[in-house]
Amino acid sequence: MAGRRAISALWDLLLQVGFFAAVLRVATPLLLATLGELLCERAGVLNLGIEGIMLLGAMTGFSVAYFTGELWLGILAALLVGALFGLLLGLLTVSLGLSQHVAGLGITMLCTGLSFYAYRLIFGQPGQPPHIEPFQTLPVPGLAELPWLGPVLFDQVPLVYLALLLVPLLAFLLYRTPWGLNLRAVGENPQAAASAGVAVFAMRYQALALGGALMGLAGAYLSLAQFNAFTFGVISGRGWVCIALVVLARWDPWRAAGAALLFGALDALQLRLQSSGAFGLPYPLFLMLPFLATILAMALLARSARAPAALLAPFRREER
Amino acid sequence: MSRLRLEPRASTPAWLGLALPLAALAATLILCSGLILLAGAGVLPAYQALASGAFGSRFNSFETLVKAAPLVFTGLAAALAFRARFWNIGGEGQLLAGAMAAAFIGSQAGLPGWALLPGMILGGAAAGAVAALVPALLRLRLKVDDVVASLMLNFVIYYAMLALLDGPWKDPLSGYPDSPDILPAAEYPMLWRASRLHLGVLLALLAAPALWFLVRRTTFGFALRAVGDNPRAAAHAGIRAGAVLLVVAALSGALAGLAGVGEVAGVHYQVMAGLSPGYGYTGIVVAMLARLNPLGVLPAALFFAAVATGAETLARTTGVPVFLADVIQGTALLCMLTALLFTSHRVRWQRRGGEAGH
Repeated sequence: MAGRRAISALWDLLLQVGFFAAVLRVATPLLLATLGELLCERAGVLNLGIEGIMLLGAMTGFSVAYFTGELWLGILAALLVGALFGLLLGLLTVSLGLSQHVAGLGITMLCTGLSFYAYRLIFGQPGQPPHIEPFQTLPVPGLAELPWLGPVLFDQVPLVYLALLLVPLLAFLLYRTPWGLNLRAVGENPQAAASAGVAVFAMRYQALALGGALMGLAGAYLSLAQFNAFTFGVISGRGWVCIALVVLARWDPWRAAGAALLFGALDALQLRLQSSGAFGLPYPLFLMLPFLATILAMALLARSARAPAALLAPFRREER
Repeated sequence: MSRLRLEPRASTPAWLGLALPLAALAATLILCSGLILLAGAGVLPAYQALASGAFGSRFNSFETLVKAAPLVFTGLAAALAFRARFWNIGGEGQLLAGAMAAAFIGSQAGLPGWALLPGMILGGAAAGAVAALVPALLRLRLKVDDVVASLMLNFVIYYAMLALLDGPWKDPLSGYPDSPDILPAAEYPMLWRASRLHLGVLLALLAAPALWFLVRRTTFGFALRAVGDNPRAAAHAGIRAGAVLLVVAALSGALAGLAGVGEVAGVHYQVMAGLSPGYGYTGIVVAMLARLNPLGVLPAALFFAAVATGAETLARTTGVPVFLADVIQGTALLCMLTALLFTSHRVRWQRRGGEAGH
């Protein structure tokens, strides 16, 4: 009886328009960071700095927006700081050819430390974390009034539109432009790409800078559009989930959108379940869901996934 | 225009082994001094305060040693796994698994008193081993990347722990989301009267040479180094890489689990949300700084424990945020990784045009 009531409550929830609008909102940072990671990996570099770069983006974006009162300046700062640490990872893994695993973890640790340090230095230890006036929704004229589709798709904050538009844009860049061809070549067979005259290092640096900027943006979305504040747990593993989402998406921007929406739905669902106190279960079980789902999804799909062939392999000019 | 060029070294001079970690640490402290200036403190006084906070008195030194113990275990766990190219980033989760097993066994009044400590140690090690076998098996059987799997498992185990503490395991006496205290007979004895220096510190000190012996002086150690250095050659030599990976994972997880046992039996006597301030992750840095040498883990763990204890004093006495310790950790990892390059390569500045086609 209780079980049936729970299931019907779940159905009611899934049929609400608000739920789908929420899915898109919580999927946006996942999508932005997944696209960023996808770019790096397509060029042959695994970016394990993602978790830290997102945190630093969230902190930088929030601090700049807090003191200037300009949300878009915060976004710009987050983009820049993300690109900067993407380039630092490039220095370590591309120019010096160091282990991508360890260098990425190092970037995450460094960015995490820097975020906490800077936040404490700027804001001290306030009883209540300072808040900003977050991004407001920007209804698309004409479309926002559509039934169901309007509130879900066309009544969101600008960054949601941006993330959604990035999917076709990146797909076009990757698959239809010489730049994209070069980027993919560098990730698949850097030796061949180099003999064909592609500047391997430059392509990888570009991918890392762009990818890092997207990760910083994803972090800033969380502090400027979702939580309206910076907290130490603002990322809490979202970056790591995105590493797995790239695998689930098989390194394709379109599938990345699908994977991010799927996990956004899972996240929105666990948030609803948590707040409704459903099933009387302890709330941490719901927080665990995305991570458990990631492991399961990887277990099901990793075997058939084919990563860019040169992922994790440093390219050294003299070893051509 | 000139450009940085890396040339492979024919051999590695012996003095580099000691000089590189020291150089990396020096570079780290210099790089981080900018942050100290930003906080409005003097660099030298700040590092002095850090050092005296870590070693200035017997109490402070003991605190540093107590913090070093879990780092030795998680450092050994990472060093062993990385040596065999098993990317175990799951030390944090394995530590928590070990801690939960220890806290559970240590609170069983039905067990005879003498069985409590051995039971906790074995149970904690086993729990850590099981937690580490999950990503190892996922990699072997299903080709799941071990970094991602072991990282995810950290969160799964952490939230599972919180769920237990919030539900069936909540301490009925305090009502806080903490586990019930372990029995007095389950506590590690103190090595020094009226101090916090517990048996786990001694165990950590002994574990390092034991692991060194295992890696450098046994057939199994040879196999794991072969798998780590050149999997293809190892396979030709008849070494079963899969079996080696599983044993390495179990051992690595057990070591991280022992870090958790020490935190429960020697420090907190219960499990709660803040049990580990990221010892599992710091262990990775410790292992790298030690160049994956089990004996090197001891000074490396001591260094990061000193930074952590010292940073607390530093934050109290000056305005430098305590998170300087975290920045030092990340910077040290990157500096050491870069320094390691010099063991296999030498760096030359090369004039553009010195070699055709570049």
